[in-house]
Order: sequence, then structure tokens, then C-alpha cells
Amino acid sequence: MTVTAEPSAALRWTRRHLLTLESLSADEIRFVLDTADSFKEVSTRSIKKVPALRGRVVVNAFFEDSTRTRTSFSLAASRLSADVIDFSEKGSSVSKGETLIDTARNIEAMGVDVIVIRHAAAGSAEVLSRTVRCSVVNAGDGAHEHPTQGLLDLYTIRERFGKIEGLRVAIVGDIVNSRVARSNLWGLTKLGAEVILVGPPTLVPKAFEKLGAKVVHDFDSVIGNVDVVNMLRIQFERIKSSQFPTVREFTRFFGLTAERFGRCKKDVFVMHPGPMNRGLEISSHIADGPQSGILTQVTNGLAVRMAVLYLVTQAQISAA
Amino acid sequence: MRNSYDESDVRRIVEQLATRIASAFDVADAFNIVGIRTRGEVIAERLTQHLRSHKYTNIGRGVLDITLYRDDLSEIGPRPLVRPTQLDISIDGRPLLLVDDVLFTGRSVRSALDLLADFGRPSVIRLVVLVDRGGRELPIQPDFVGLTLCDVPRDHRVNVRLRETDGRDEISVEPKA
Repeated sequence: MTVTAEPSAALRWTRRHLLTLESLSADEIRFVLDTADSFKEVSTRSIKKVPALRGRVVVNAFFEDSTRTRTSFSLAASRLSADVIDFSEKGSSVSKGETLIDTARNIEAMGVDVIVIRHAAAGSAEVLSRTVRCSVVNAGDGAHEHPTQGLLDLYTIRERFGKIEGLRVAIVGDIVNSRVARSNLWGLTKLGAEVILVGPPTLVPKAFEKLGAKVVHDFDSVIGNVDVVNMLRIQFERIKSSQFPTVREFTRFFGLTAERFGRCKKDVFVMHPGPMNRGLEISSHIADGPQSGILTQVTNGLAVRMAVLYLVTQAQISAA
Repeated sequence: MRNSYDESDVRRIVEQLATRIASAFDVADAFNIVGIRTRGEVIAERLTQHLRSHKYTNIGRGVLDITLYRDDLSEIGPRPLVRPTQLDISIDGRPLLLVDDVLFTGRSVRSALDLLADFGRPSVIRLVVLVDRGGRELPIQPDFVGLTLCDVPRDHRVNVRLRETDGRDEISVEPKA
């Protein structure tokens, strides 16, 4: 048993909100990942619970559908011993025309410590953070960011390769509509990975090069020399018909098919944020195969969200 | 009151502590030594080395991070990095020696006991501390003490520095900065 000093050990976390990865420094990102390491251990115990957030209330305010993220945040909060309230748009006063801010202020007035928000409007989490006193965690705001997904992807890549710096990561598919792509792009570039965005010009505009990524419209030209392939879901609910040819054509040029997978590096790591369109952006036997990290991503998401909920509430205490 | 102890003092104190623990166990006994991060873990490791070199070979090892179990988070301010607890051993049914550097209010030990309860049920838990400085706020007492410091004023700190974490061995009583 050795006493080691992790590189991020000197940092003190001071952020009350987690809104974007764009706003975090590389050291802050590493700090969250290192903290998540400790929370991953909690999930291996027979009693998978710690008292760190006992007596605190976490509200999941999801104004858009979600299975994974909402469940993951709920479970993360319960493993920290917090009380969890699930709030969804359907069946709430939002359908009576109450505004986001009014809804949030009313939730906060009940004595809430953290609001986890998912909303279709980009910037909604940030607007909320300026009007409430409790912590706000962004669980996806439109096509803007999904920071905890970005963090869990970084965590999963780091766990697999032992590092992030110097890796070449392809993010493939519907980039323009993807908050996952943006959070991944910020996080990966800050930690020194090379990011290649792959897809048709309608879904991967050249403008992304300004954010530090390489934009490629020919998947086959990069397939053989990337370490990670992150296949995004085609978001039919956000896509305009003019952006997208046909499913068959998309699969042929940008899907991770068995044939294309055969030309990847031998130790390539395959990721997907879910939910998958099996057979469309990714073939089933690759998604379920030994080089897929898809379920590991989900497992790690829990540890990362525990870390985030813990850190933002600790920052409230130190700010008080 | 003496208020500083150097490298040779610390070595002697740890050796005496190890000797006293050894007299409480048989060489063939199976028991676990678990340190509280960070300096309790260093002391736990040194004690284990001593005991193993005296033929105590049935010792299991673990390390606790009690951050998530503390009741005084609001008084401490921003916390350093939470690190993993490593208890790969089964702690059930065997004696467990819980090791910390300084025993003061007893709140760290209380947190550690809560954490241990989530992992299992040792046959007995004994508390080992390098320094007991008094000032308890909970009904917790040590079983093995290296050095007892009486009458340390509450506005003073007892600083334990160890080679593995601080570059040198030293115990000193200093006014809080």
C-alpha cells in the first residue's frame, strides 16, 4: 500500500454549479475524474452508500426525455444518501404555462440543494444558475453541452488507456445537433487529445475547426489511425430533413459496420452515448463486442455524477 | 511540556507501539491493520513492517478515506481530493487495528467506525494512535498510544510529519496559523 500524490491533489474545487466543460480548466476536469475514482470504489462495496449528502435534496428537473441520465443522477444522489425528487414536464405546471425560472424558484423555495436540469434550450442551465441560490448541474441543454456525459466519456477513455493526452479520438455522426460532441470536444482538447469530427458536411460544418477539432467528411480516410471511435446517435427528433440523405446512405458512409471495424486499429475503443440506433450508426455485434465501452460508460457515469453532486454541494459549504 | 520530537524520537515511539501491539497478539493470529489516510496509513504500514519482521505473517492490510463520512465538513471548508478506500480484505470476524496519527476530538475515529460498519463486522476493533493530545468531544478512547501529550491548548495544533508524506519524521506542537 503506497501513499501517492495524484497530480490534481493540490487543487481545491470551488464551483457551485456544473454548467459546461468549456468553462472548466484542465486541472478542474482532472480533479473531477480523480474524485470519480473514489466514488467508483463505493459502488463495489456490499453497502453501496456513503453519508456525504445526508439531509440534502437533489431535484431532477427534466424538461426533455431521458432514461440513462435521469436514472444515473437519481442513483448517484441516493448513493450519497441525498433525498431525490423527480420532476418532469409532463403532468407539471409547466404544461399550464409556468416559466422555467418560476418553476425552478418554486422548487428551490422548498429547500432544495441541487437542481439537475435538462432542457431543450441551450443556455437554460446557465440562466437558471444566475437566478437560484442552490447548485445547478447541467444534464443537457439543447445542442449546447452535456458536461457529465463529456466527463464520463473522458473517465472511460482514461481508464482504458491510462491517459488522454496524445490520443486520437474520432467523434462520428450528427455533430451539429449534439451536445455530447461539444462537451467531448472541449474536454478532450483541454486534456491534450486530438479530436476528429466525422460526418457529412450538413451535420459537421467546417466551423467546428475554430474550436480546435479536425473536420473530416470521409470516415474511411481516418478509420485506420484513431484510438477511440465515439459513434453518436442520429437524433431524428432534432434533424431537419435537408441535413440527412437516407438511413442507408448514412450507414454506408458513416456507420461503424463490420467491414469498417475491420480496418480500425487492433485495440480501438468503441463508444456510444446511447440510446443506440442499432444497425444504423453502429452494428450490433460491435456494440456488444469486446472492444465496446458502451456499458462501461454507463457504469462510470454513475461514479462521475456522484463526484459532481458531491463537489458542487461541498462548494456551497465553503462559499457560505 | 516538550513540544517537539525528532526523527529518533518518532522511531522509538513507533517501535514501542509495535512492541505493545505484538504482546497483545500471538504470532499465528490473523488480524487486520487499517490506517486512516494519510498519515495514519503511513504509521499502519510502519507498524506492519515491524510486526512482520517479528514473524507476524497473518496480517491483512487496508486503508480508509473517511472524507465522505465526516460530520464536520461545514467547519473545514473546501476539501482536498477524496481518495478511494482500499479494503480488499474481509474484515469480518477478525480483530482489526484502526490506526491514526493524532487523536483529538475523536470525530475522525467516529467517521472511520461508521465506514468500517459498511464493510463488515470485525470481532473487535482496537484504536492505535501515534499521539493522544486529549480534547475528546466523543466517548472514544485509544487502546494503544505512542505518545500522550497533556494540556495541549485548543488553539494549538499537533503536527505529525512523516518521511513518506512530508520528507522528515517529526512531532511538534505549534500555535494554529
